[in-house]
Amino acid sequence: MGNPSVAAPKSADPYLAFGSEKLLRLHDLMVKARVLEERLIKMSKSGDGFFWIGGPGEEGFNVPLGLQVKKGQGVQYDYLHLHYRSSAIMLALGAPVIDDIRQMRSVATDPYSKGRNFVNHPAVPDWNIVPVSPTIETQYSTSIGTGIAQAHTKTDAITIVNGGDGGTAEGDFHSCLVWANRPALPLPILIVVVNNGYAISTPEPTQHGERSIADWGKVFGMPSATVDGNDVVASWDAVAKAMAYVRKERKPYLLEAKCSRLYGHSSSSGANRIPEADCIQLLEAKMIERGLASKEDFEKVWHANQEEIDRAHQQVKQEPFPEPETIWEDVYSEGLPPSYPTKGGS
Amino acid sequence: MANMAQAIRLALHYGEENLGVREIFGEDVGAPLGGVFTATQGLKTAWNSPLDERGIIGAALGLAWAGFRPVAEVQFVDYIFNAIDMLKLCGNATWMSGGRYKTPMVLMTPTGSGIHGSIYHSHSFDSVATKLHGMKVVCPSTPLDAYGLMISAIKDDNPVLFLEPKALLRSRGAELIPGEPADDKELHAMIDAPLGDRSKWKPRWPDVQEYEVPIGQARVAHEGTDATVVTHGRLAPIAREVAGELSQQGAGSVEVLDLRSLVPYDWEAIKASIKKTGRVLFLNEETEITNFGEHLLRRTVDELFYELKVRPRLLCGKATPGIGLSPNLEHFTVPQKADVDRVVRDLLAEPA
Repeated sequence: MGNPSVAAPKSADPYLAFGSEKLLRLHDLMVKARVLEERLIKMSKSGDGFFWIGGPGEEGFNVPLGLQVKKGQGVQYDYLHLHYRSSAIMLALGAPVIDDIRQMRSVATDPYSKGRNFVNHPAVPDWNIVPVSPTIETQYSTSIGTGIAQAHTKTDAITIVNGGDGGTAEGDFHSCLVWANRPALPLPILIVVVNNGYAISTPEPTQHGERSIADWGKVFGMPSATVDGNDVVASWDAVAKAMAYVRKERKPYLLEAKCSRLYGHSSSSGANRIPEADCIQLLEAKMIERGLASKEDFEKVWHANQEEIDRAHQQVKQEPFPEPETIWEDVYSEGLPPSYPTKGGS
Repeated sequence: MANMAQAIRLALHYGEENLGVREIFGEDVGAPLGGVFTATQGLKTAWNSPLDERGIIGAALGLAWAGFRPVAEVQFVDYIFNAIDMLKLCGNATWMSGGRYKTPMVLMTPTGSGIHGSIYHSHSFDSVATKLHGMKVVCPSTPLDAYGLMISAIKDDNPVLFLEPKALLRSRGAELIPGEPADDKELHAMIDAPLGDRSKWKPRWPDVQEYEVPIGQARVAHEGTDATVVTHGRLAPIAREVAGELSQQGAGSVEVLDLRSLVPYDWEAIKASIKKTGRVLFLNEETEITNFGEHLLRRTVDELFYELKVRPRLLCGKATPGIGLSPNLEHFTVPQKADVDRVVRDLLAEPA
């Protein structure tokens, strides 16, 4: 996008054109997501939870995406096949911070998995958030299914799948591209790849000879784009354009977002701050530069979110852990048959 | 009298008309072929997918979450190994989401030996299938059971892996499916596609009726009092035949229990039969190391040890990397009728 100049006419400056009210809303959600992730990291490191994995650094792309989802349940609403870096999408949709904290502490009140799954693995049928799996890239295969359901339904709703650059080496990514572009039934899927440049510790350029991930679209003649995910307004516009295409044309669109990974891969890489571009700092600088907000305004936002997350964390600390016997719940939706073996051996 | 492939087709047709089935798909599942074993021939919602097992299972899972009750096929179970984590995901999605998502889907796939299928068309999948906890696994041995199990599988809110014994897909049973014509030539003329150009062909479906075989319920395929054979799939009719011959010869009264469902399995039926006979053989064609029958045998030892008159047995496939093409190799690798006969006689003969 380049650096917009203050002197440029309002219409030419995307941030001025976007407006302070919307930017402040985005900023608040981005900060909320960042503060939440930093709290989750702290919980992991202090023994108030186990493994941490999440999405600090992706807020600049994920919040604009989440706010443009057609939210609801069933084929008339967007389906989201997310992964474990999607916390900012969840918050933008309206998820309460406390639920992610509950999953981090693996308490009985964790609404996403009853204390069974890692943090940032939601499942929310009311909003078509299908279960997030720790497996890499399988969401690109399951997105085919809701894509088919929506292709066979009169609707403007779409399927959105989100994953990382490392996972694009898996067959599921290519399954998604092939199935979404079948001449027999093209699918309304927004195929998102967040490219943070790494698969855990392995730099992308050492393993991927593609000129860009978005170039996979060219093989199928499908529209694709690469956007700077650290640029909030560019991200908003890229998502808006991609969604508008998929909603109207009922065909897939491949969107690659280049984002930072501010705390590394996960607990497994130490979860320490890494000096990469920070989408929130960039947004704040742009807004201050344009006179859209002050440093003090931002401090209030950070403080309010810290307080909200403090309160939620304190509450979760009072909540019980799951009873061991709850492992038998949900093996089958109707419960276990009486003679199912439950002793664990002799 | 329908064969098993026709019975499955009739159940899927019933599902399309009455149970909300809208998506039946897989490799070569739609026109013109209707499945390599013709189990989906002529169905109005059947369509061809890319040659991609992971995509097929992923698509089914996504459709299940959208409430579409899909029926997907993997052409041979031998091709399913590259999709093992997709299967695991089918089994754990409901549990992983704390019960928030149901997973109503059917995945059908031909399994086992008996068609000279060599290394990659003869696999049994029982042991792996029964480790996909959260998934139900069924395997019929008669057309009527196939019909009833498929209807139950479609209605189920959990993922159901429907294993079709390859060797039995052309076999006919003794009982009619409710609503099918008694004359199999008439049924053939109604629902089997003609050879050659099929572009204008449409099936004439008989008015088949609802019939459920509850998942988790075994069937006594042959009553007996002296020994129990617990089996399923291809080996069920063989065990029944052996039991019939032994009975005719006065060599022993053998009860054959056709499990029909591997998970959940009908422990109460197994228990009742073993309590009656005190002698049991678990019979399947999966390989020997970590065999599903070994689990049943272990549970028998744990819970029914003092009901047993003699040591319980397992007859199963040999633990080789594959099944060789030559009949000499295949027949030596997986149990044949003569093996069943020999082991059952041995079970009957051991002094209590």
